[in-house]
Amino acid sequence: MANDGVDLKRRRFLTAATSVVGGVGAVYLAVPFVASMQPSARAKAAGAPVEADISKLEPGQMMTVEWRGVPVWIVRRSEATLADLPALNSQLRDPDSDNPDQQPSYCKNINRSIKPEYLIAVGICTHLGCSPSYHPEMGGELGADWKGGFFCPCHGSRFDLSGRVFQGVPAPTNLRVPPHHYLTESRVLVGLDEKGAA
Amino acid sequence: MGDFNPNAKGLMGWIDNRFPLTKMWNEHLAQYYAPKNFNFWYFFGSLALLVLVNQIVTGIWLTMHYKTDGALAFASVEYIMRDVDWGWLIRYMHSTGASAFFIVVYLHMFRGLMYGSYRQPRELIWIFGMIIYVALMAEAFMGYLLPWGQMSYWGAQVIISLFGAIPYVGDALSEWIRGDFVVSDATLNRFFAFHVIAVPIVLLGLVVAHIIALHEVGSNNPDGVEIKKNKDENGIPVDGIPFHPYYSVKDIVGVGVFLFFFAAIIFYAPEMGGWFLEHDNFVPADPLTTPPNIVPLWYFTPFYAILRAVPDKFLGVVAMGAAIVVLFLLPWLDRSPVKSIRYRGWIYKIALAIFVVSFFALGYIGTQHPTPTLTMLGRTFSVLYFAFFILMPWYTKMDKTKPVPDRVTFTKH
Amino acid sequence: MKKMTIKAFAATAMLMLAPVAGFASGGGVHLDHVKIDMGDKASLQRGFKLFANYCLSCHAASYARYNRTASDLGISEILLKENLIFTGAKVHSPMHVAMPADGAKDWFGKTPPDLSVIARSRGTDWVYTYLRSFYLDPKKATGTNNTVFKDVGMPHVLWELQGWQEAEHDEHGEVTHLKLVEPGSMQPAEYDAAVRDLVNFLAYLGEPAQLERSRLGPWVLLFLLLFSFVAYLLKKEYWKDVH
Repeated sequence: MANDGVDLKRRRFLTAATSVVGGVGAVYLAVPFVASMQPSARAKAAGAPVEADISKLEPGQMMTVEWRGVPVWIVRRSEATLADLPALNSQLRDPDSDNPDQQPSYCKNINRSIKPEYLIAVGICTHLGCSPSYHPEMGGELGADWKGGFFCPCHGSRFDLSGRVFQGVPAPTNLRVPPHHYLTESRVLVGLDEKGAA
Repeated sequence: MGDFNPNAKGLMGWIDNRFPLTKMWNEHLAQYYAPKNFNFWYFFGSLALLVLVNQIVTGIWLTMHYKTDGALAFASVEYIMRDVDWGWLIRYMHSTGASAFFIVVYLHMFRGLMYGSYRQPRELIWIFGMIIYVALMAEAFMGYLLPWGQMSYWGAQVIISLFGAIPYVGDALSEWIRGDFVVSDATLNRFFAFHVIAVPIVLLGLVVAHIIALHEVGSNNPDGVEIKKNKDENGIPVDGIPFHPYYSVKDIVGVGVFLFFFAAIIFYAPEMGGWFLEHDNFVPADPLTTPPNIVPLWYFTPFYAILRAVPDKFLGVVAMGAAIVVLFLLPWLDRSPVKSIRYRGWIYKIALAIFVVSFFALGYIGTQHPTPTLTMLGRTFSVLYFAFFILMPWYTKMDKTKPVPDRVTFTKH
Repeated sequence: MKKMTIKAFAATAMLMLAPVAGFASGGGVHLDHVKIDMGDKASLQRGFKLFANYCLSCHAASYARYNRTASDLGISEILLKENLIFTGAKVHSPMHVAMPADGAKDWFGKTPPDLSVIARSRGTDWVYTYLRSFYLDPKKATGTNNTVFKDVGMPHVLWELQGWQEAEHDEHGEVTHLKLVEPGSMQPAEYDAAVRDLVNFLAYLGEPAQLERSRLGPWVLLFLLLFSFVAYLLKKEYWKDVH
């Protein structure tokens, strides 16, 4: 084996070229393996938008639909409840829903909803993932000034009837409002807004 | 070795003081001297390793979606094929890989037959290789049950029933293997356990042993000349070249070409006309209906043909087992003074040709419905298959050999 | 011994040349060949329509999803909902069957098989021939029999399109020929084309990934050629050292 006359430059170039081409191939080959771990078509089908019929909901009533494995509440609020909401602002952490992650832009209002009457929110406490319970009644065990809302049994977080979090509780943010839109007057599609964004 | 070197520099120095990384690199790659005259047939060792890695990686990914349950298994494979992103590619890589594994391993073994790679001092390499082959057959057989199609089911049923041929304990034994009176959910679960954990671990260990034994004695070559007999003043074989970079760059070309054919099958003919994925396996397992023509996958059919060639159930199983066992004995059956076919006489060349033809013919007969003609042919080729081994001690001795050169033959292209 | 080798070679060669097709199809019935073309989207769409109208009422294709099928075939979701889903299923759900499985077993003696992979298990030629080979047979409960699948439990679902055929027998009672005795709404050639569309669709349904497969194949192979070529140059360069 004689090493005289070896074109080191060409050798280095070809080594680099083979490595680069091989490396590109390896990255492309990794794509299917990484992508296959994404939610499958079945998971996506199970997580597809759900339709809810809200025609039978009376003021003060709540119904729950399942969307992507979590409860989504639909609450029909009375005029009186809606009128009470601004008065709570001083006791809340984020009264004006300034945190953009917690609701779509079309729900950034005091009612946190498209139609003032209907609150649609993910029923999962933003603290550690328990599902709070619905306490629409005034006063009672939650204190004399309780105007109705949601109370999380795990660590005592409180939310008003717009899903806005009170100050002094462990939950950091308001309840999440999922993307949704109304198909008709009484049918709402949870999981997809009008523009088709999930 | 072993003494801590306080002057060691850099990351490699730090590691080498704690783990023999540089030493291993040199022993197995940079200073492992391989004969410079390797030809085409020497690609298949590294390719077998590549396919093994492919099977393990794609297999791990398949288990992420596969369901080990008689009621769900078939549907979960279709789920992988349709609902999982890229699942079809991973599944085809695995199913095509299984057949590719046997193609590569058969060519690798044939190379050994041609150049006498099993001869002293490489008997243990051959033995380890044969155990790998047997483990691979077990791995493939158990893996084939998992899609839970009709062929999976009835193939397993037939093969497990073979154990029933063993006198006295046979029926109890096959029941124990199945864990039920027929192939069932219990069988599927245990086959899954063996297929994804037990056998792969054994295979990996055996592959390490195969390579350690090879690197201990050094590689054979198409001339069957021991390159270690002829060393230069530094103790390096004059006909040897470092595995890295010379054979690493050469094997990469082999990998590229192999992957071209591999990808061509995956993308254009994943069923390979029913040879790699059988039509009947797209029907879910049904314990009440046997498909009209049940055959094992192509890589088992030569042995299946030998099984069917013997009219007695027990003796058939014995013959099939013997067909594999004789391969283990090869190093002691061959009495030729030379290793490579290049310096052997015409008798061995013809014997090997007959053997190859018999193997292919048996492989074909094993896929067919037995007719009187085919059974007769099956018997003839079975006899020829065994004759290759049984008569070997005599014909290899008789055979007129040519003188073996001192150096390997190598022409620079 | 030499003579024997030649004989052995000849025998093997003969065995290898024996028709492999016979191995694949099984049975002794002659099958008509059907041309499968995944590029013919119009045919696939017509096939889907036939499938949804005639097959899905009894057979499921439970591994396939409506929306995936529609998007692969270039059918809009609105069209899918309005024209192709008759079971009230959601667009993303699998193609289940409206009929309960137990009832089907009572009516046909056997639950109609899932058709998701029927083209892969039976082969497209088989399905193509089968769907065109029903003939009147008063001895059967369904009133028909089939030359490809003898005593099949399935009735001639497509009779409105094809009409009715009668069988002509030879002296051994074997069917030699099928003759159209009552025309359906389609001319024979039209009916063959419709069945071809349906089988083309079933071929798609057996493996939806084949569309992606054939799209990617050339690029993967081209890449591997490039890689092998560069690697070969590298090998050539290093092996200049070896004399």
